[in-house]
Amino acid sequence: MLENYLPVLVFVGVGIIVGIVMIALGFVLGTRKPDSEKLSPYECGFEAFEDTRMKFDVRYYLVAILFIIFDLEIAFLFPWAVVLDEIGMVGFVAMTVFLGILVVGFIYEWKKGALEWE
Amino acid sequence: MDALIGLWEWLGENLIIVQILIKIVVIVAPLMLCVAYFTYAERKIIGYMQTRIGPNRVGPKGWLQPIADAVKLMFKEIILPTAANKTLFLIAPLLTLGPALAAWAVFPFQEGLVLADVNAGLLYIMALTSVGVYGVIIAGWASNSKYAFLGAMRSAAQIVSYEIAMGFALVGVLVAAGSLNLGDIVRAQQGEGGLFNWFWLPLLPLFLIYFISGVAETNRAPFDVAEGESEIVAGFHVEYSGMPFAVFFLGEYANMILISALTALMFLGGWLSPFPASWVDGVPLLGDGMHWLFLKTLIFGFFFLWLRATFPRYRYDQIMRLGWKVFIPITIVWILVIGLAVIYQMPWWFD
Repeated sequence: MLENYLPVLVFVGVGIIVGIVMIALGFVLGTRKPDSEKLSPYECGFEAFEDTRMKFDVRYYLVAILFIIFDLEIAFLFPWAVVLDEIGMVGFVAMTVFLGILVVGFIYEWKKGALEWE
Repeated sequence: MDALIGLWEWLGENLIIVQILIKIVVIVAPLMLCVAYFTYAERKIIGYMQTRIGPNRVGPKGWLQPIADAVKLMFKEIILPTAANKTLFLIAPLLTLGPALAAWAVFPFQEGLVLADVNAGLLYIMALTSVGVYGVIIAGWASNSKYAFLGAMRSAAQIVSYEIAMGFALVGVLVAAGSLNLGDIVRAQQGEGGLFNWFWLPLLPLFLIYFISGVAETNRAPFDVAEGESEIVAGFHVEYSGMPFAVFFLGEYANMILISALTALMFLGGWLSPFPASWVDGVPLLGDGMHWLFLKTLIFGFFFLWLRATFPRYRYDQIMRLGWKVFIPITIVWILVIGLAVIYQMPWWFD
């Protein structure tokens, strides 16, 4: 059973190596004439005003946290979805309760305005 | 010929790694060719949609254009900005291209024609397509440029938002097919109804949501705020040049082909023929086969380009609203509907 996964592992390796080879090829073939202006961060031709590691909108964090909750939810739904045929109505009701709790949280965050961007 | 088959079997017994590598090359080489000519197709098709003729100088009707582009990018200087975290800067493009290629490991092209016939196929695909967001966010962070950073933040939030809708759509497919194995998902769509047996009909909302989320996942127009060339120049890859840029570019197009192929596989019956088997018994090319998969993938690939030529870019708040407030509620409701249909064995699809 597990040897079925060997090609998968090899393929992941190949996928990464293809990228490495291409970038290495670029380093070998490309010209290299760096100067300080060329290597400075791009900012429409101006000198960079301040550091890039600046403050940014907290809503990005919020989206990331919400994503973790929902993605976990999906991870729980996967095994349920595969065996739904066998567990029948009982399993369905159990998952409806679980989804119901999630939906309550979803409505709460919606009403709180966590999903508003303007 | 016999000697070749003998050698192949000998490889399978003694040097399984070499055999696997040969199979991988047989998948990756045509895929890279498809990616190269997908870029050509994009320029040509969008050209004709805007009443231009697109690239037509290199080779007959511009057929050698992608190769000329590749050679040009190979000889371009690779710029490593002084402020950048150089290791991360070079790892980021690998994280975009690598998963886009590796996801094909579990992809069934035809009955029995799959590199790794694993039962966790769909889970593996979902895991790998999720890795793509790391490429974007690491590129934006490591570049240490404001445009790159803004593009990365935007696109990371956008990708994870649409990934939820995508995941829920996949759960719907799972409920309908009852298996994580991609081959089994296609076989679950087999039946006397031909194309009406495929999942696009019972899962119609999920089908549309999956494809639209796929467009958003790959940062394509009309969801391309990550690049937004008119506002933040090129978003997360503004500092990239030469081959690292080319790797990003290839990764994006490989992802588009992957999403198209997956949509064809899960909702349009993969390699299955649209005609009922009894109609086309013995007729060449109309029966099941790999060519149907290619045709369906081509259609979705064309949709990607068509969308780009037709729609203006969404505003960022509109994108987030569509993902969170429209797609997620619809998918949750439809999963429950499909769940009931499976439990009560609604005829035709789920009996």
